[in-house]
Amino acid sequence: MDRLTMIKYVLGVVILLLTLGFPLIVTQPSLVNFAILVLMAAQLGVAWNILGGYAGQVSLGHAVFYGIGAYASSVLAAKFGLSPWLGMLAGGVIASLFSLVVGWPCFRLKGHYFAMATLAIAAIVEILVTNWDYVEGAIGISLPMNTSGWAAMVFTRSKTPYFYIALGLLLFSLAVSWIFKRSYIGYYFRAIKEDPDAARSLGVSLSHYKLIAIAASAFLTAMGGTLYAQKELFIDPGSVLVGSLSIKIALIAILGGVGTLFGPVMGAVVLITIEEFTRQMFGSTGMGTDMIIYGGIIVVIAVFSPGGIAALFAERERAWRARQRRVVFNPPGEGI
Amino acid sequence: MTNLTVTLLAQTVASGLMIGLIYALIAIGLTLIFGVMDIVNFAHGEFLMLGMYASFWGASLFLLDPLVTLPLTALMLFALGVLIYRLVIRRILAAPMLSQIFATFGMMILLRGVAQFLWKPDHRTVSHSLVEGKITVLGLQFGTPQLTASLGAVLVTGGIWWFLNRTRLGTALEATSIDREAATLMGINSQRMFALAWGLGAACAGVAGALLSTYFPIFPEVGADFILIAFVVVVLGGFGSVAGAFWAGIIVGEVEVLGGFFVGPAYKTALVLSLFLLVLLFRPRGLMGKA
Amino acid sequence: MTAVPLLAVEGLHMVFGGLVANRDISFSVNAGEIIGLIGPNGAGKTTLFNCLAGFYTPSAGAIHFDGVSVGGQTPEQAARRGIARTFQIVRIFPEMTVLENVMVGAMLRSKKISAARAAAENELVFIGLEHRRDVKAQQLTVSEQKRLEVARALATHPRLILLDEIMAGLTPTEVREASQMVERIRDRDIACIIVEHVMEGIMPISDRIIVLDAGVKIAEAAPAAIAQDPAVITAYLGA
Repeated sequence: MDRLTMIKYVLGVVILLLTLGFPLIVTQPSLVNFAILVLMAAQLGVAWNILGGYAGQVSLGHAVFYGIGAYASSVLAAKFGLSPWLGMLAGGVIASLFSLVVGWPCFRLKGHYFAMATLAIAAIVEILVTNWDYVEGAIGISLPMNTSGWAAMVFTRSKTPYFYIALGLLLFSLAVSWIFKRSYIGYYFRAIKEDPDAARSLGVSLSHYKLIAIAASAFLTAMGGTLYAQKELFIDPGSVLVGSLSIKIALIAILGGVGTLFGPVMGAVVLITIEEFTRQMFGSTGMGTDMIIYGGIIVVIAVFSPGGIAALFAERERAWRARQRRVVFNPPGEGI
Repeated sequence: MTNLTVTLLAQTVASGLMIGLIYALIAIGLTLIFGVMDIVNFAHGEFLMLGMYASFWGASLFLLDPLVTLPLTALMLFALGVLIYRLVIRRILAAPMLSQIFATFGMMILLRGVAQFLWKPDHRTVSHSLVEGKITVLGLQFGTPQLTASLGAVLVTGGIWWFLNRTRLGTALEATSIDREAATLMGINSQRMFALAWGLGAACAGVAGALLSTYFPIFPEVGADFILIAFVVVVLGGFGSVAGAFWAGIIVGEVEVLGGFFVGPAYKTALVLSLFLLVLLFRPRGLMGKA
Repeated sequence: MTAVPLLAVEGLHMVFGGLVANRDISFSVNAGEIIGLIGPNGAGKTTLFNCLAGFYTPSAGAIHFDGVSVGGQTPEQAARRGIARTFQIVRIFPEMTVLENVMVGAMLRSKKISAARAAAENELVFIGLEHRRDVKAQQLTVSEQKRLEVARALATHPRLILLDEIMAGLTPTEVREASQMVERIRDRDIACIIVEHVMEGIMPISDRIIVLDAGVKIAEAAPAAIAQDPAVITAYLGA
């Protein structure tokens, strides 16, 4: 194992340990909350990435899965008293099934068309839910606060448990991502993304694998939705199904690096930092400055570094390795 | 049906036609860009939004009616379209589709952010426009601004059609849209055509915005309401087809208002979007698009 | 000797709108044969390949592979049945390494990564690209990419491989090596149909040559006879 890989592993372990101990070291609630937001955003980015980054099917309507997760667990908790933990699983399953139903016809569509279809579907669901009385429509659902603790997934005294749940979700999502990446499914995803017809000529059924990608992505995204619901204890269409949320989720992965494992995590750090920074500087709406920054960054990335932040690192790593090889082959003093 | 319902229905159909004509104009801009270079401009709604703001500020600061400032608005948006082409789009022409989607997507967010930063999220309206009030035609009542806007849209659409089919430059643009390689071999400069398409596309949306500003609220995110509809119209009409966008605009306008009439106003957009999905799935090339 | 032919094409028609790209094409291929498919540009050779490989559904006629009717199959089905192909304009997976490209092919038969990797490495040795295994495919030369495509197709363990102009742009030495490679493919009991313009590459190795012109089969014979066939000469040189 060469030096760089070793450094990466050590760094990774250090970061993991620091993250695990974070709420114990840092006690300021606003910072802990900031960290939770980063973890939640990273988890959503990782989930989106499975479909959009690995399999190359860009979804601009991912909030629909988030909303399904949030609404499923909240309705089941508020109306049937179902544990949010089970609700989280239920939401994941419902979101997955929904994703299969919409994915099946839509995966015939290429690139731009698929992206537009996702926009349309998410918008339709937002409208339908806003007008659906059973889930309280535009009024939203408030979750009971009378019980707290791990069983109820409600924590009122300190946000630290949410931190660990968010971290757990993120690690789970990363694990799923990693398993895909290392397996034949991950290879097939990449083949589909790079040249679908060539993939077909090698026996790869495009829709089969795209459906796997969307089902997994939807499941994980929905779990994130449940966590949000349990943390805020209130959801409405404007907070979990809205178009700007879909944009943000896609952004996290795009910014960080589509198709990489940790890219979305980096993207989340940058995005949430920008968000909070602009919120501090310019007040609660941020006066659009966060959008100016995101938008500017995406355009710059699209033009100069489509691989996102991760690509910048990969580029430096490549250059470093190339330099290492030259050192080995041209020891000083030996001449050419 | 009672007389009242008939009148109401006729009123609805007429209003669908009117808004449909505006949708058509917006979509024509979008389809021009796609037809010539196969790029979907996710930021198209923002050109509309900027056209609206240009009209608003013209009215607020200089007391000039949006219809009066319309030519200037068109020119400014044309210039903006060309500028965006030169600065951004030109560099991603050969990039993978993901990059192209991100680029215009990023522009969309950037422009919305700029608008929000400069002009705040408040809703604005143009007050005391030249065209105000109502007018009665054939026993049906119309808002004068709406009627004028629709007529304006038809005129501009007609102008675009004339330009594309009766002028050398416009024909060159059409040619590039049909077969870029062949057009290049005939000596048509693709880069110029692309810039022209972006300029014209932005101008169309900007003009639609100026027309809408006489009666529609103006706010930074207003583009979001129209971009989806514009996509629907373009897909229904057929990517790249100006005539298709025209007819599809009217159809979509009618579906929207009639859907609102029969099913319920809250579901208008959902119905239009469902039409969209149906077209995407069953006839992706739309009414008149290239295959 | 020959029982059921591996591939039997009868009366194949492929029509696009008003254009008849393939008209009434019939021929068969037996296991272990190398068939050359030649003809001027636009004769319908790649169209024929697309029909055989499942990218097009024939407008009329029948295709039987191993006795099973396969006309109208999907490309994935074709691959699973044992029909592999390369593309006229090479379509490797640019961001994946050489080894990974071939692994995707190997995964048709073995989903386990280690098995796929081993199979892919064998194919790379067979094709002579093992020294480039960790290079990103887009960094290869065009002729290396063509070989990569062949290796990737071979990794699917086909019984029939359709090679589309793999010798284009090669030096005479490379052409000879390519011909030898095709023979070695045949020696693995994989029948080959090879579309080529580089005559010196396929004449020496083909059992039979089929000539297409303007969508129609105008000749089918052993290479020596084809070279003398007046219809063929006319097709290439004009009347």
